Amino acid sequence: MTLRVLAAMSGGVDSAVAAARAAAAGHDVTGVHMALSRNPQTYRTGARGCCTLEDARDARRAADVIGIPFYVWDMAERFDRDVVQDFVAEYAAGRTPNPCLRCNEKIKFTALLDRARALGFDAVCTGHYARLSDGVLRRAVDPGKDQSYVLAVCTREQLAHAMFPLGDTPKADVRREAAARGLRVADKPDSHDICFIADGDTRGFLTDRLGAAPGKIVDVGGDVLGAHEGAYGYTVGQRKGLRIGRPAPDGKPRYVLDISPVTGTVTVGPRAALDVDEIVGEHPVWLAAAPGASIDCQVQLRAHGEVYDCTVAATRADGDGDGDGDGGDGGGDGGGAVRIRLRTPAQGVAKGQTAVLYDGDTVLGSATIAATGRAALV
Amino acid sequence: MVTYLDHAATTPMLPAAIDAMTAELGRVGNPSSLHAVGRRARRVVEESREIIANAFGARPSEVVFTGGGTEADNLAVKGLYWARRAAAPQRTRVLASAIEHHAILDAVHWLAEHEGARVDWIPVDSQGRVHPETLAEMIQGDDVALVTVMWANNEVGTVQPVAELAAVARAHDVPFHTDAVQAAGQLEVAFAAAGADALTISGHKLGGPLGVGALLLAKGLDPVPVLHGGGQEREVRSGTLDTPAIVGFAAAVQIAVGHRVTEARRLAGLRDELIAKVLAAVPDAVLNGAPDDRLPGNAHFSFPGCEGDALLMLLDARGIECSTGSACSAGVAQPSHVLLAMGADIPRARGSLRFSLGHTSTEADVDALAAAIGPAVHRARRAGLS
Repeated sequence: MTLRVLAAMSGGVDSAVAAARAAAAGHDVTGVHMALSRNPQTYRTGARGCCTLEDARDARRAADVIGIPFYVWDMAERFDRDVVQDFVAEYAAGRTPNPCLRCNEKIKFTALLDRARALGFDAVCTGHYARLSDGVLRRAVDPGKDQSYVLAVCTREQLAHAMFPLGDTPKADVRREAAARGLRVADKPDSHDICFIADGDTRGFLTDRLGAAPGKIVDVGGDVLGAHEGAYGYTVGQRKGLRIGRPAPDGKPRYVLDISPVTGTVTVGPRAALDVDEIVGEHPVWLAAAPGASIDCQVQLRAHGEVYDCTVAATRADGDGDGDGDGGDGGGDGGGAVRIRLRTPAQGVAKGQTAVLYDGDTVLGSATIAATGRAALV
Repeated sequence: MVTYLDHAATTPMLPAAIDAMTAELGRVGNPSSLHAVGRRARRVVEESREIIANAFGARPSEVVFTGGGTEADNLAVKGLYWARRAAAPQRTRVLASAIEHHAILDAVHWLAEHEGARVDWIPVDSQGRVHPETLAEMIQGDDVALVTVMWANNEVGTVQPVAELAAVARAHDVPFHTDAVQAAGQLEVAFAAAGADALTISGHKLGGPLGVGALLLAKGLDPVPVLHGGGQEREVRSGTLDTPAIVGFAAAVQIAVGHRVTEARRLAGLRDELIAKVLAAVPDAVLNGAPDDRLPGNAHFSFPGCEGDALLMLLDARGIECSTGSACSAGVAQPSHVLLAMGADIPRARGSLRFSLGHTSTEADVDALAAAIGPAVHRARRAGLS
């Protein structure tokens, strides 16, 4: 069946090949580059972002080679509000956000998809590495590139209008295919950084926006070990850059255990104190049926992070009354919560990150980490 | 089938221009060379110069060939500013209409940022017209270096009272430049009769090749060059003359100006039909610009509740090619400075499209647009002004 497909084209190799594959499959494809910055810097070097003039040019060039129409859509306002400001607010609240995941949830599969559908498109196609068929989201075959984690916040309704043509292909093959298709972005380096922090200096970026907010660094007993210029510069599990003069009594390294945004206190302690095996997740999104009592599955706690065996149970009525935990219309946020019990402890689990539940390769759902602890303490 | 309604962006080359240009491409000769092949090329250039001068009411010596309209505009604005300031240091004020093409707008901004120019933008009325009385008020004092007002606007098509404006400038002994890129070939453009001191024309807007244009420059006016080199073109515009492009340009001018009266009447008829059919399909569409004093090939509308970009994409998908008429930065459409200067609010400015007709336009083009515009507007309204 021929679909009217909007291919989101960042200017990178993955989205270019994804668009080419959608077109080759016989779909009616239109390329769109999202302009995400009001003041795109001219040919910025060094960092790879999604919002430079060079990226827009690369995307247009790829669309021309594929032979599809191409437009630039201005999404800068939505991106600033839903991703950049959210990123800053989350850090200010002592949590650790994942902006790529937020961008998928709010920009690519909300703002872009809504506009695409209003304009008559059936689906949005991206270069994400994940497999999607019959509403089932699975990990990509290339484990090094798998992006199912950052897509797991999307609802069933959103995924019903998504297309990920690269999920079954290793990255190296995608690059070869790009070259074979005459796409000059074939050798373009992968993007790794947060696209809106060009120089990679997240702490500097946050300081610019949040200002200095000095506070104390204390140990678990409450003794003051040092001072900092802003608690938002710290992440649970962080070891480097604590700038504590005195070594720990046992001589072992110390890690950030907790961040209190209200008092601005950063608590540090030994590695063992980072262990977590109980996680409370909020805003669950279920792609599979929500667990009735409890289920055994696996959980991943950060992008490209380790996978843990766990048991998951819904802990509160999920609000919309139909018991499927999806908010009533296909996988949305019902305001419920889940309790995730890990078989073996994880370390450095930051609030604000997303817990993604898997059954093998298949994504079951996701939830935002709201609280963590040891089983006996939670 | 493609319905090309973007002739104001560029119009297909006339067959006679293609013939003249391609024939010349196979011949050798630098018009500045003194030997036989150089003389032959020079003869071709000078005959072309005479054709163009004659078509626009100028003397041959007043035609300065350039690499296009943007270069001619830059030469006029920067060159005349520098020359005037050098002759009279207090003359650092530039008067430019608020609806100029970016080739003027940005050159003027550059003078303000880098050359100490003070800029006063001449306001326009709701139809996009500059009033001579407004210019007369603004030009008071002895500090004005240059006045520049386009002959006809590229977005909304409004035609300016150029002769009256030039007379105001002349009365104050201030050079007057007009960008006639859109007007040439569509309206009667007579350089000397209009009283302009400098006038820009471009090849590809009237059926000639891309990459060639001219600044008509009154005798005795010596702008400071922007390009320095071999001293061609009155030592004002250095660079080897592009004989093939120039002969193609002249061939197009000869035809466009020769057939102008009948072609303008035909286009205005088609254009009025286009306007009527668009308004019939979309009753709340707003025609922008002046109802009467407008380019014969121009129709420009705002479609309430639509984003121009979305509408353009939907029409493009149906094979109808038009323009939002506004400039892009990184490909992102900005609300048109022309519509904002005419008093439009941002939604109206963003929800606008330009349809421009030219020598290949037919009634079938108008009918294709008439059939497509209603559904496209309906669809674009669902997406809204996001």
